[in-house]
Amino acid sequence: MIDYDYLRPDNLEEVLGLLKEHGPKATLIAGGTDVMVKIRNTKKAPEVLVSIRGLKDLRYIEKRKDYHIGALTTHRMLEQSELVRTELSALHDGASRVGSVQVRNVATVGGNICNAAPSADTAGALLVLDAIVFMEGPEGKRSVPITEFFTGTYKTVLKKDEVLTEIKIPGEMEHFGSAYWKHSRRKAMNLPILGIAVSLKLEGEIISDVRIALTVAAPTPVRANKAEDFLKGKALSDEALNEAGKIAASTECCSLRDSLRGEAWYRAEIIEAYVPRMAKLAAERRSK
Amino acid sequence: MKKVSVSFTLNGNTVTAEVPVTWTLLKTLREYFELTGAKEGCGVGECGACTVIMDGQAINSCLCPIPEVEGRSVTTIEGLADEDGALHPLQDAFLKNNGVQCGFCTSGMIMSSKALLDQNPDPTEDDIRTTIAGNFCRCTGYVQIVESVEMAAKEGK
Repeated sequence: MIDYDYLRPDNLEEVLGLLKEHGPKATLIAGGTDVMVKIRNTKKAPEVLVSIRGLKDLRYIEKRKDYHIGALTTHRMLEQSELVRTELSALHDGASRVGSVQVRNVATVGGNICNAAPSADTAGALLVLDAIVFMEGPEGKRSVPITEFFTGTYKTVLKKDEVLTEIKIPGEMEHFGSAYWKHSRRKAMNLPILGIAVSLKLEGEIISDVRIALTVAAPTPVRANKAEDFLKGKALSDEALNEAGKIAASTECCSLRDSLRGEAWYRAEIIEAYVPRMAKLAAERRSK
Repeated sequence: MKKVSVSFTLNGNTVTAEVPVTWTLLKTLREYFELTGAKEGCGVGECGACTVIMDGQAINSCLCPIPEVEGRSVTTIEGLADEDGALHPLQDAFLKNNGVQCGFCTSGMIMSSKALLDQNPDPTEDDIRTTIAGNFCRCTGYVQIVESVEMAAKEGK
């Protein structure tokens, strides 16, 4: 029989106190769209659920010098934000393709990356937007670049007694165009067979800076560094982009595997096809 | 089994439920309040048959832990018709357009659509299809459902 205590603190201090008090018995719950499903599917629950839904001041999208996104910002808020759509387009693409409207209304961006599925729809976008993840625990605040946040499938650097509080995106990303493609069989209510995110900065026709990220291509969402290095400084041409796609699909950048959702050879072809397409879309968006 | 007492607004009335803390909003609606309009299809947020409106937003009630409903306002399909039984324009449009076949998805479809029309009274077909992307109709009567929502929007003007 599933039973648990459900605690609803309303500030971060209380949350940290409860995590300390209950230790490994406690699990954080935000929107609940992963936690509740897991409880139902495994018929196992933690002894204590600590809900952080009441922490209203962790729900925000702000642009100051940098972009600041509270951990409890819902996917729906990201989807409907004009700022995100126009300046952090890949994040808009990712957030608006998660689940359904009902799921996006409650599911949080912090939850999406803390769950750390290799398929997380916001992860690819956050990787190409150079996001920095802020956490708070008993020893105070710390931050890591998103490239160091994921440590394995469903694993992150977040400790059991810490709470993810904010995702910061450097203000200079406003000079980049970005795009994310979720490759899936249906348009909604589906996990990606593969996800591709690209952000780039142009000086004239020259790609002066570029980031490429892949999801479902390795145990964690990853950056395709070799493909980025190849593209940097080159003119935006079909030839260069196609070659970058080939490099991104190679074992230098990812470790594709066969699964129920798709086979490795197919995933490689999708990377080859969509790295150029997303790069072009990112460039097009930048010029607007 | 630990119990919890939760007070909230349900279809305009202030109510209190005393239920096991592990119950979801869906289970509470169906088994405590005996409002069986919201259905359990998948129970894991995939099918949308349990859709209700909480504080203006469509949510899957099967994924909503009951303690989170404290102080909130919930509207279910049972809260749409007038007290004298006059149907809501969406209910009326679903009937007129054959938007209902087996009926299992219908209350979820209507609640998702209501949340849309409340926020956007003049939706495009694309808006409607995005809105109901999380509501599965296994009779596959989507065309009539989209037409029903379009008609309700038109009549609401």
